[in-house]
Amino acid sequence: MTCSDFLKELTDYLDDSMDAQTRAELEDHLQWCHNCYVICNTTKRTIEIYRDSQLYELPDDLRTRLRSAILAKCHSHEGEEHPVTEPSSAASPKLADRRSDTPTK
Amino acid sequence: MGTIQPKVVEPVSDELALVHAAKAGDMGAFEELVRRYDRNVFRIAQHITQNREDAEDVVQDAFLKAYQNLPNFQEQSKFYTWLVRIAVNEALMRLRRRRPERMVSLDEDIKTEEDSMPREVADWAPNPEQLYTQGELREILGKTIQGLPPSFRTVFVLRDVEGLSTEETADALDLSIPAVKSRLLRARLQLRERLNKYFRNRAGGDGKK
Repeated sequence: MTCSDFLKELTDYLDDSMDAQTRAELEDHLQWCHNCYVICNTTKRTIEIYRDSQLYELPDDLRTRLRSAILAKCHSHEGEEHPVTEPSSAASPKLADRRSDTPTK
Repeated sequence: MGTIQPKVVEPVSDELALVHAAKAGDMGAFEELVRRYDRNVFRIAQHITQNREDAEDVVQDAFLKAYQNLPNFQEQSKFYTWLVRIAVNEALMRLRRRRPERMVSLDEDIKTEEDSMPREVADWAPNPEQLYTQGELREILGKTIQGLPPSFRTVFVLRDVEGLSTEETADALDLSIPAVKSRLLRARLQLRERLNKYFRNRAGGDGKK
């Protein structure tokens, strides 16, 4: 396994969504490749730091104000409808070509 | 080396009951749905728009649209995934209004993998977030993620900050699963690279402290 192979599998490795054999091969690579070990470890820390950062928390006073505004708008707009597509149903024209997107290998 | 532990999300067992009640006109049930998800929608909106006022507007408009379209919600996905889809579209629309000079979409920035190949391999301090105060850390993290293309930071925030599964993220963004995985990998690697200068081990270079 090369470092490039390892990087391609990094997301599945960190998310623990791979078969046992591939996982074992990646861990074998980590045993001797210090660079990949550091990249793997610091990428994992990146995710954890963002997850735990409480970045963009909604302050209580703003939350109360927004909720009141939402409910007031819902009352005043009752009866009006603007169709919204459900995820598993057909995509809107604007989004239609996204499914053709393929990953970089 | 350990894996990322899935984020614990609130149980949704009663979500469907709330949706049914709200569809039947129970405003209290809809208010509970707002209460349950307003923080998440605000975070997602601010991550995408990078603007507080826009994020506030997105929260209001997303919930209003959800309310108006509840009768059309076929329950083929979770209510939250459907709501996220609405919020992401609202947020991208506002971003486009503020940046009319360049097209903003989830389809942009499809480059080669070279754009995310690690250029610098530096180990970090043992507890890098403790090198900074909470305020400094938030500023660093905000500034860093702001530098990512919208298509990357949207996938990152849904998957890694909000804890949606890969499948839910693909549903919410109308992307294929390989596309979500590809963008997530590049978002993670680019963020890691950009955070190096703040978090690298002092013994190894020119970290801040």
